[in-house]
Amino acid sequence: MPPAIQIAHLDKTFAPQRGKQPRKALNDLSLNVAPGEMVALIGPSGSGKSTLLRHVSGLVTGDRCQRAWVSVGGQPIQQGGRLVRGVRERRSRIGFVFQQFNLVGRLSVLGNVLAGRLGQASTWRGLLSLWTDQEKRAAMVALARVGISEIAGQRASTLSGGQQQRAAIARTLVQGAQVILADEPIASLDPESARRVMEILAQINREDGVTVLVTLHQVDYATRYCRRVVALREGAIVFDGTPEELTPALLRDIYGAELDFALPTSTPVREAPPRAAERSRQPAEAFRLGTVNV
Amino acid sequence: MTAAQASLEPPRRDLRTSVVKLLSWAAIFGVLAWAWEGAEMRPLEFLRGSGNMLTFAKDFFPPDFHDWRLYLQEMVITVQIAIWGTALAVVLAIPLGILSSSNVVPWWVYQPVRRVMDALRSINEMVWALLFVTTVGLGPFTGVLALFVHTTGILAKLFSEAIEACDPGPVEGIRSTGASALGEIVYGILPQVLPLWISFALYRFESNIRAATVVGIVGAGGIGVVLWEVIRSFHYAQTTAAMIFIILTVTAFDVASAQLRKAFI
Repeated sequence: MPPAIQIAHLDKTFAPQRGKQPRKALNDLSLNVAPGEMVALIGPSGSGKSTLLRHVSGLVTGDRCQRAWVSVGGQPIQQGGRLVRGVRERRSRIGFVFQQFNLVGRLSVLGNVLAGRLGQASTWRGLLSLWTDQEKRAAMVALARVGISEIAGQRASTLSGGQQQRAAIARTLVQGAQVILADEPIASLDPESARRVMEILAQINREDGVTVLVTLHQVDYATRYCRRVVALREGAIVFDGTPEELTPALLRDIYGAELDFALPTSTPVREAPPRAAERSRQPAEAFRLGTVNV
Repeated sequence: MTAAQASLEPPRRDLRTSVVKLLSWAAIFGVLAWAWEGAEMRPLEFLRGSGNMLTFAKDFFPPDFHDWRLYLQEMVITVQIAIWGTALAVVLAIPLGILSSSNVVPWWVYQPVRRVMDALRSINEMVWALLFVTTVGLGPFTGVLALFVHTTGILAKLFSEAIEACDPGPVEGIRSTGASALGEIVYGILPQVLPLWISFALYRFESNIRAATVVGIVGAGGIGVVLWEVIRSFHYAQTTAAMIFIILTVTAFDVASAQLRKAFI
């Protein structure tokens, strides 16, 4: 069987911001993920975790370099810094879960979940939202699985963060995704919602054999839910192994000064400040992403 | 102690800001003075002629509603012109608005489309009406075409501005499902911009009712034709009556559309 995710010699350099040097986000990075694995990607902010994930689904392309390529389920996504033809069709089998959920706020939860069929339904049926009863039932089953079928008719914008993220996961289920890429899926959630979301991802991985690649900022979630942890630093892999092999010394090496933010501590007194810092950073980051993408 | 005392001192106005302020005022008055000449401003003449004005004004009152059936009928036609002029513009402005959005299409598409839209709206409805009179002749349809062309230019710009301000997150969410480019627009962008679009379309409808009352003056149908005829034939009492019809209709639609727009935002 081909690897679920195969990344070879991927480089990514972001265009220089005003008055700054061009920033190298990924540095000749290669990584293989076998089918059915659940792999955590950890590393300090700016280490390239999210960038790597976005390359896998072809939302971004790498630098123009002939050796670079990315494939999912044995089918190429990008080669030499260019998306391959038919990437949209491949994407329909790759679920993507975002930190900011990225649901369409004015659509119902069911509508958002059914959007997962857009890549597979015929164009006109999709655009006119003419979903079959079978598709609607599948969407309801997916919503029941993530535990929010009773709010299927509500507008997505009225949901809590945890519910929105679960709806986003239901969308990947309806896609029939063989691979789920989750980009900081719990960074914007409270601890209880975060635990539920990670449980659901782990359950889908366990029961359906769906390959999950998840970026996480907090190391304890990575070691608790994933049998394999890959650590990035400055766009390169610095650790690839089991949670047991991830020693405190290694973590200090990976995170440097950011270690306190990544590690939970037993005393709530020390836990509070990093959380607050994490939360206050998010709006700024969302804004930055917004302006860059436009 | 000294630091606390120093901080109580109100901040001094620095020289630079004062000079800039002075220069700004000088510039404003300079522009007004410059335009005085070209606009042939003669306030004294206005005062001297105010006696004539009063006699003239007397002719306007009381308003003569003798032909009220005609005014009502033409007023309805005016509203009908505005309805079709706006409706056609909305239909065409949707694709053109998408094609002038920098976050949807590459620059070599949106730049030319935007320039064409600029041209459509830089020409006034009256001028378009004059041009269309020569092709489709006198009548309300000319008015519809004039409003349609001008409003398309405006709505395409407003629609595209809404698209450019929309949140890229949901669009990327839809893209990640493998949707087509059209799917991204219909699912990711349209739900976000729809309330704004409806509000813009209503606002333009409101403006088009005002515009439709004047395109008639160049022969494009509606109350404007009546207005022009009664003014030209010095029937001032009837002019007042027609103007009252216009004022009441425009006010009614302005108020109604403002209420409706509030409901959508």
